Amino acid sequence: MGNYIKLVVLALIALFALIATNYARDLAYMVNALTVALVAGGLFIWTLRKTGEPATTADLSGEYMDGVVRAGVIATSLWGVVGFLVGVTIAFQLAFPALNFEWAQGYANFGRLRPLHTSAVIFAFGGNALIATSFYVVQRTSAARLWGGNLAWFVFWGFQLVIVLAATGYLLGATQSKEYAEPEWYVDWWLTIVWVAYLAVFVGTLVKRKEPHIYVANWFYLSFIITVAMLHVVNNLSIPVSMFGSKSVQVFSGVQDAMTQWWYGHNAVGFFLTAGFLGMMYYFIPKQAERPVFSYKLSIIHFWALIFIYIWAGPHHLHYTALPDWASTLGMVFSIVLWMPSWGGMINGLMTLSGAWDKLRTDPIIRMMVISVGFYGMSTFEGPMMSIRAVNSLSHYTDWTIGHVHSGALGWNGMITFGALYFLVPKLWNREGLYSLRLVSWHFWLATIGIILYAASMWVTGIMEGLMWREVDANGFLVNSFADTVSAKFPMYVVRGLGGTLFLTGAIIMCYNLWMTVKRSPAVEATNQVVPAE
Amino acid sequence: METYSLLRQFADSWMLLALFTFFVVMILWVMFRPGASKTYRDVANIPFRHEDKPAPANTTGGEKEA
Repeated sequence: MGNYIKLVVLALIALFALIATNYARDLAYMVNALTVALVAGGLFIWTLRKTGEPATTADLSGEYMDGVVRAGVIATSLWGVVGFLVGVTIAFQLAFPALNFEWAQGYANFGRLRPLHTSAVIFAFGGNALIATSFYVVQRTSAARLWGGNLAWFVFWGFQLVIVLAATGYLLGATQSKEYAEPEWYVDWWLTIVWVAYLAVFVGTLVKRKEPHIYVANWFYLSFIITVAMLHVVNNLSIPVSMFGSKSVQVFSGVQDAMTQWWYGHNAVGFFLTAGFLGMMYYFIPKQAERPVFSYKLSIIHFWALIFIYIWAGPHHLHYTALPDWASTLGMVFSIVLWMPSWGGMINGLMTLSGAWDKLRTDPIIRMMVISVGFYGMSTFEGPMMSIRAVNSLSHYTDWTIGHVHSGALGWNGMITFGALYFLVPKLWNREGLYSLRLVSWHFWLATIGIILYAASMWVTGIMEGLMWREVDANGFLVNSFADTVSAKFPMYVVRGLGGTLFLTGAIIMCYNLWMTVKRSPAVEATNQVVPAE
Repeated sequence: METYSLLRQFADSWMLLALFTFFVVMILWVMFRPGASKTYRDVANIPFRHEDKPAPANTTGGEKEA
């Protein structure tokens, strides 16, 4: 019976998507509608083929649901490489403008590829890592199978559809011009549905947990899921111009819109890239170090302090704008206060290794996790400093910001995700261990040197251009034109591109290593199986 | 009073007090609750308990298993 309802719904979606393709007012909408029609049509055939088959009702409550985590690990690795590759491409496009090829104008020039890069690394790479690890961690720490059966698969594939729709939309020009929230209205609506399903799976699993206490990693994951839902809905309040076009108009305007956008934007950093990844830290570092977290009390205070303070930091993106002074001062003060919970968390992560520091010498995976926490501490020191109005007057609009973002994203988010992937793959595919620890060391050093080249070159070029922009002569005239700073930045742009190339090479080595782990590493007997009837 | 001033006044007084109180009570609760240290020592080990499969249906609580 369920299958018949599914068939009707899928057929209606495919039909409507084809009608939308026909009436589409712009190319991006047409391609997206066609994609939806193809997906719905494919699912229709897939469902049709298994309709009428006798239903198998095995009791799966005795094993964890790891298939969706495996899929998430694969998606994370692949989207990671894609996102890094686009990043390297646009880095070299900035250094060598000729790489904005004439034949690809309007599709693959810097302006179109840049949101593709940011969304691919944050949402496709980071988002898949968060979904996969949260599903893994919530099961292990609740001692319960994921709630909702195949709903977890809906979350996984629904999220991939969001990525594909957003990515093709960007290249064809569908954007609402909000940083990190570029997808247009119908993608936003679809993501809302997927996200509510994600929340349901996560909370449902927590509700049927067998451990009386909710482990701290789950608190961080849960705050990430709930806050992102709230941020996403409020920042994407827009009215479509037409049901058959991608263009929409924001409900807020002017400084209110700007404030909403950076309330969203900074909390995307705070809750997507920090709280969620701290959930990873609080599970995978203790696991890899084989000892419990340094101070569980500190982890709880870390949690509440972080979520209480982060939510106010957004206005520091709008210094010297139409935003009232009190609001940007508030954002600045909270950003500086934020330094304390951030470093409390960093210390908690690092000190988990106390008594096991020797592992740093022998275990390249723990080394990766430790350097990621180190980069977390570094970028959460740099961020509050840059939020101070006087510092911001130098750093804003310069490449210093880009350097800051990348030391956080490549260093903290990237490295902790790589560490988690190296931890997960042998477990998920029942292997004794990784194919090669030497390759992990290669990845570690390539990525670390890559980040250092990236961050250092961006500090130099950022402070240089900030100083050049504000330099005035004895009569009060500006000394440099904008183009002067652009040509002065060339060497640093090349160094940045090289740093990105090293980071990308490391990620490709990781994919090879993980692939060979699944293919070649000796297997161990699976322990995650249906409990035999007794 | 227009909505902005009303909300602003509320945010600056009672809401601020409520959030601050919650925060302070949370810290006191975590740091000084009798038995807190023992509880947290136990729950910090949750990641090491059910690595391979879920707890059987008839059990509750991790302390008995470990």
